[in-house]
Amino acid sequence: MIEYKMELNDELKGILEGKEGKTKQKILETLVLFGDIFGAKRMVKVTHNEGHLVTSFGIPLLKPLFKTMDEINAEGIKAEGGFTCDPRPLDYANVKCNFLEKIVFNKILYGKQKDYEAQLKKAGLTDSDSFSCASYLKECGNRPKEGDILSWAESSAVVFANSVLGARCNRNSGMLDLFGSIIGYVPEFGLLLDEGRKATWIIEVKTSKIPEAQILGSAIGMKVMEEVPYVFGLDKFLGNEIDDKVEAYLKDFGAASASNGAVGLFHIDGLTPEAKKLKEKLIKEGAKTYVIDDAELERVYKSYPIMWKDKEAKAKLCFIGCPHLNYYQLNKWHEDIKKALLENHQEKVSCQCVLNAPPKVLNRFIKEESAKYKELYNMGVTVSSICPLMYTNNPLTHGKAIITNSNKLRTYSMARYFKDEEILAILAGKKVY
Amino acid sequence: MKEFKGRVIAKGHFIGEAAVTHAGFNTLASFQKSALMNKKEVYVSDQNNKELFNKNITGKILCLPMTIGSTTGGLVIQTVCDMKINPRAFLFSEEIDSLAASGIVLAKVWQNSDVICIDKLGKEFLDTVKTGDRLEIKEDGTVVIL
Repeated sequence: MIEYKMELNDELKGILEGKEGKTKQKILETLVLFGDIFGAKRMVKVTHNEGHLVTSFGIPLLKPLFKTMDEINAEGIKAEGGFTCDPRPLDYANVKCNFLEKIVFNKILYGKQKDYEAQLKKAGLTDSDSFSCASYLKECGNRPKEGDILSWAESSAVVFANSVLGARCNRNSGMLDLFGSIIGYVPEFGLLLDEGRKATWIIEVKTSKIPEAQILGSAIGMKVMEEVPYVFGLDKFLGNEIDDKVEAYLKDFGAASASNGAVGLFHIDGLTPEAKKLKEKLIKEGAKTYVIDDAELERVYKSYPIMWKDKEAKAKLCFIGCPHLNYYQLNKWHEDIKKALLENHQEKVSCQCVLNAPPKVLNRFIKEESAKYKELYNMGVTVSSICPLMYTNNPLTHGKAIITNSNKLRTYSMARYFKDEEILAILAGKKVY
Repeated sequence: MKEFKGRVIAKGHFIGEAAVTHAGFNTLASFQKSALMNKKEVYVSDQNNKELFNKNITGKILCLPMTIGSTTGGLVIQTVCDMKINPRAFLFSEEIDSLAASGIVLAKVWQNSDVICIDKLGKEFLDTVKTGDRLEIKEDGTVVIL
């Protein structure tokens, strides 16, 4: 048995002694050693039992993942509360691929997708529509309440759950997300503790208009890295209540801060749950200050490298919705694209455009807004639940001029970032670069 | 010669060449391209990391403040360790972050990897060490710039 420092209850001691099998023993060893590094004094119960896994893709090279899943399946081990999972990497019906791309995806990149999904199902995947990075949206059902302890991964989901819902979750890695869900305990440190949720950065937003969520999040992420920012001046634009529109803004803001930095929790003065309750008591003494004005946002925007070989290339593919869109955003993009095309006397968008949303949000949209869904189709826009990040892993896509309004996708791919208004102009056939 | 002392996360003795980043090391963005293409060496593919972009870090001593980015990070470290294309050692100037810690623990428990990891080496360490420097890492967490 491993040497460890934290206090364990009898149930966990038994698992660590191997009383529930070798695999569970190794799973708990991993969690305990991980917690010891951060001085966790104990393991605490996961109170929101449904987990969320970041690994949704069957890339054959992830041999350690498949081997561990085999061990888990072989011993009949399950996450009893179930779990949702990040989006699937493929959707041939809605995101076009040529013959060669399909071969690379099916045979090389995601050759183990089917096998991996079978492993996930055996380990406790909630259902076949549970593939989304935004499974916390109301339609999806995996929505923790304030104060809940989670065993989740997916940086954008963790930062949303912590900041917008007031739940408590560390930035867990893939594998540890599942391990915590299986054992039902996670090590108590960092963002699980009151002290770890205090801000060490004060952000003063002094822009003339509402900042682009994705650029503001990126600027803050790059500055504060993994520390906790407390943001002043944003409630002036967003108000003091979190409705679907504000939730969409905070979702995109948080995803950018988590991928361009390592933010796991932010507080927005007068808006997010803990900031509303505790106000400036949440700010640690000696916190550093970062002022963001129009010029700073523009500086950050201009600093993004353009990875296209031909910087003048005409856009071939546009991804909107990384992280996945909520219901409000789907409706809003429909409205905005329709308006942009109308104003520019166009009937169809200038390149293949994909709006990404969770399967359960799309099902609602198609059912309740079938006319809008048809209009989108007629304008050349498809809806999908794909993970654009995983799609762009295919080296064959590297020659494609892909545009996006996602700072996360920009970071992990060769896609070029544009602001929302620029995306609309490009889709309407205007030249903006 | 200058010495620094850190906390041992995964011990080992090694002498090798430093690869230094002062910005957060984005694990997924950095390893993604080489790992996906099953390369024998990792050339950093993170476009935002101006110091390490396109540099080979396999077998090197990666000196960094922390890792950032996607929560696949730990699994990615475990995978590159399994593929044996990992940096031989990770030397953190600050306290190790949760994703990197997960990766090191996963690699140790599930892969029995010999990856070395030291954290809390201090800001001065990162200010002093340069890419290409030869470093000696000792089992007690001492790092010597030779």
